[in-house]
Amino acid sequence: MASLWEYANPRKFIATSDRVLPWVGALALICLVTGLVWGFFFTPEDYRQGASVKIIYLHVPSALMAINAWLMMLVASLIWIVRRHHVSALAARAAAPVGAVMTIIALATGALWGQPIWGTWWVWDPRLTSFLILLLFYLGYIALWAAIENDDTAADLTSVLCLVGSVFALLSRYAVLFWNQGLHQGASLSLDKEENVADVFYLPLLVCIAGFVLLFVALVLLRTQTEIRARRMRALLARERMG
Amino acid sequence: MPELGKYVFAVLSSYGISVGILIALCAISLIRARRMRRELAEIEQRMRQDG
Repeated sequence: MASLWEYANPRKFIATSDRVLPWVGALALICLVTGLVWGFFFTPEDYRQGASVKIIYLHVPSALMAINAWLMMLVASLIWIVRRHHVSALAARAAAPVGAVMTIIALATGALWGQPIWGTWWVWDPRLTSFLILLLFYLGYIALWAAIENDDTAADLTSVLCLVGSVFALLSRYAVLFWNQGLHQGASLSLDKEENVADVFYLPLLVCIAGFVLLFVALVLLRTQTEIRARRMRALLARERMG
Repeated sequence: MPELGKYVFAVLSSYGISVGILIALCAISLIRARRMRRELAEIEQRMRQDG
């Protein structure tokens, strides 16, 4: 069996991801269109939240991916710190804008949902606040990569930032449990069936979550390829300049 | 079109903003990927010609 570390080789990574990308991209599109159309057109109103419950198909998957994208970056950063594989550092870099977009969608849909249900766009609730801080960490991470010319130094410093930001990624997930206060409700999905949303909302929600996960994977593969090529291009241009 | 009642603004703007941002992210990623692939191929070809 091929070792996972073979994919630390940029050529091997690009060759394999080239084969996988069209399938993952197509599956993501199918799941997203199916889940969103199902959720928007073919689910009933909630007895308490009315038609606003349809926002769940965007809000929950994007919030889930906002947190998990950072955790993926954490794993990739740790691999960089321990094993110095460039592909892992570049994968973390590639994932950051995708995670930031997921966080923006979660915050925007949360505000739009909160206004009619809570009567306010924003409140300094533990979960909302930790999500806002997570967004600032994403923006800081992206800015730090852009600000440092040397790729290895940038990878080192952003990896440390990623470790620190992981605290807020975890806080975003567990804030409701740590501080039993604030407007935000508990988790919509749970292994405990009693706590889950009703089946009629649950199934399209699962399809949407699958769509968001697959879209994240497809975008990270594509953007990692781009980062690998950009890094090689910088190296070739530097070699050319030196004569 | 489902009946959205008083939530019409919240629901439609959530879908509009989210789908718009996701399409923009995909488009930017694809355009940059294509540009980088082309530029790298040009540089590699130039360096091969220059020896």
